[in-house]
Amino acid sequence: MDVIIENLPLYWNGFLRTLFLSTVSGVIALFVGTLLAAARVSPVAALRGFSTAYVEILRNTPLTIAFFFAAIVLPRLGVKFEQFEVAAIIALSAYTAAFIAEAVRSGVNSVPVGQAEAARSIGMNFGQVLSLIILPQALRTVIPPLINILIALVKNSSVAGAFFVLELFGYGRQLANANGDQVLAVLLGVAFFYLLITVPLGILASTVERKVAIAR
Amino acid sequence: MKAFLSRRKSLLVAASAALALSLSACGGGGGTATSNPPVAEKPSFAADTTMAKLSSAGKITIGTKFDQPLFGQKGLDGKPVGFDVEIGKLIAAKLGIAADKIEWVETVSANREPFIQQGRVDIIVATYTINDKRKEVVGFAGPYYEAGQALMVNKDNTTITKPEDVKGKNVCSVTGSTPAATIVEKYGAVLVPAATYSACLEPLRNKQVEAITTDNVILAGFVDKEPDAFKLASDQTFTKEPYGIGLKKEDTVFRGWINDQLEAFAKDGSYKKAWEATAGSAIKTAPELPALNRY
Amino acid sequence: MSSVLYDVPGPKARRVSRIGSVIGSLLIVGLLAWIASTLAQQGIFEGRRWAIFTRADVWTLLGNGIGATLSAAAVAAVIAFPLGLLLCLLRISDVAAIRIPVRIVLEFLRGMPVVLMMFFVLLVFGTNQFIAVVAGLVLYNAAVFAEIIRAGIQSLPKGQREAGLTVGLTSFQSRMIIELPQAVRRMMPSLVAQLVVLLKDTSLGYIVAYGELLRAVQVMADFLGTQFLFPIFFVAAAIYIAINICVSRIAVWIERRGTTKAAGGVAKAEPAAVETAAK
Repeated sequence: MDVIIENLPLYWNGFLRTLFLSTVSGVIALFVGTLLAAARVSPVAALRGFSTAYVEILRNTPLTIAFFFAAIVLPRLGVKFEQFEVAAIIALSAYTAAFIAEAVRSGVNSVPVGQAEAARSIGMNFGQVLSLIILPQALRTVIPPLINILIALVKNSSVAGAFFVLELFGYGRQLANANGDQVLAVLLGVAFFYLLITVPLGILASTVERKVAIAR
Repeated sequence: MKAFLSRRKSLLVAASAALALSLSACGGGGGTATSNPPVAEKPSFAADTTMAKLSSAGKITIGTKFDQPLFGQKGLDGKPVGFDVEIGKLIAAKLGIAADKIEWVETVSANREPFIQQGRVDIIVATYTINDKRKEVVGFAGPYYEAGQALMVNKDNTTITKPEDVKGKNVCSVTGSTPAATIVEKYGAVLVPAATYSACLEPLRNKQVEAITTDNVILAGFVDKEPDAFKLASDQTFTKEPYGIGLKKEDTVFRGWINDQLEAFAKDGSYKKAWEATAGSAIKTAPELPALNRY
Repeated sequence: MSSVLYDVPGPKARRVSRIGSVIGSLLIVGLLAWIASTLAQQGIFEGRRWAIFTRADVWTLLGNGIGATLSAAAVAAVIAFPLGLLLCLLRISDVAAIRIPVRIVLEFLRGMPVVLMMFFVLLVFGTNQFIAVVAGLVLYNAAVFAEIIRAGIQSLPKGQREAGLTVGLTSFQSRMIIELPQAVRRMMPSLVAQLVVLLKDTSLGYIVAYGELLRAVQVMADFLGTQFLFPIFFVAAAIYIAINICVSRIAVWIERRGTTKAAGGVAKAEPAAVETAAK
């Protein structure tokens, strides 16, 4: 266990970087994902088509491939960034947005038909129906799956370690290599710091889930 | 209609995937030439030694890297090639084991010590630097080669000639590797970690990192492949990386025996031949066997 | 195409929508063309770079990679699903001494990155790469399957269980005979989505040096040289997407065959109609 205490600053750096990547990507993905979900149920065919194609492709691509495109293909296209975190955030949020779009869409579908009918019958248009009536109600049922997606995002950020960003898992590999005799302790340390983020989120998800269930 | 079309499309895709699989089933192996050193006939060893056990079993498991150009790299036929691989074959041959009876196991940097301790491999020849911390856990025969850390930069770069020049600059290396730790801790570079050294090439080309750092021999392999794009920052190396052959810590008899064999390879020229057949394609001057570290 | 979210578009709205669609499509096509031409200028599409795909050994390696990916995914899925069912039953057990420890284990498994678990099994238990990859996938996905099925059981009307108990079934019988089959069917889309995630997660195996598709691709790119990096990765991405879309489609097909009552929803090929209509 000494190895964890000795290297606490490294673990802490990695933890902060993981937290940073997950938070920024999470916020962007929530925003983009909701827009995509709105496009998916909108009256404009092109928007529906684009959103469907985007979600289908991104959901079926391994994250590693998404990272490859963000970190290696984008610079070839002239999109250059000083910080590799930008590439990681692009890959993570583009990937996660597809999952969020699906979750929000199924949330929209879970709102009883009567709600939308009532809203339309008092003269609301599509934007109003969606933003004032459907989404606020959908959000309640969608929050537990959304939190699960965010948990997955936190864990997925570990892939960034292979694509030019030094985060928790990357530090873990560094320590495992330098301390070949204490691999078990090193990895338990890494696990601990991941759980520090994911377990509270998991508990939050189940609490919200229970609240929603009672409200129903 | 839409559903019908997409179902047909997926059937097509499935069919082409199946075709790819069946194609792969009849495709032959690749064309990489590998050597088969002459196998010792019925060598005799004292009973109860590791040599006797391996020799009578007629097979050996060797750990090596599959992604290290010139040293241990998996070819298209699935078999590794490189200097490490040749050394492994030479040792196996001395045990009376032919090259095709060797089981090659891919080791990545982090699993070399556990693999030896748990007996997953008999020996490891995998650009494995001998150091005191590792010696506490595993035994090392050799060194059979002495590399050193160096920097590789773009051809037009004139600002970086020595490691002190990379202070505060982006330098790419493999996540968790020893060179990565050195360049950060000793020279204050900003580490940009990658999965493999070859993955570092694109960021260097795009000038997102200033340099790539690892052992000079690996960098030499990249420069050899693209001499118009890259160069070594300097011919000087700034660390010493003696590559050893990893084995069980307490197996001193086996360790001594491998050391004897290494000396024999240097004497009969098979060491030089192994070099010329592999790493020699990029690094013209053949090395001498370094002074062995018997302990 | 009709939806409860908006009125059936009139002629004017339809025209606006059509113009918008055309402009939008043009923009997307333009963007793709620009990307293609930029890459072409850098010689990405030169014939010699793609000529490697006429070589048999390249396809052998890709084939081996696909085989390794599919076999790891298949073995992991076959173990993870029953294990997930079991964990789910324990998780909703009436006995707190079983329920609570299982819940802690599930939270732990769900909270760990899969790649970390693979690494862990590989290094600490010294297994070969295949077992490490499968074990990592099984541990994580069994936990997720358990949670999905649990959500399915909880979404059933209370009356289902009550009725089961009333006719004299034990709690366990009611779970097995009445609730589980309904829950699994109800959660089929989520279960299949997770199956796709599992398949994709095999690609993490490259970090522990398991010779799956991505690793095969990487090895090939390293061996052949970086000028082949782009073609090889494009092909790899295409293969992954094709396999995953296949799995999703097969699942949709099975689902349609399994639930004849959903026939009314086919006209509107989205599950939306079925779900909202059912409520």
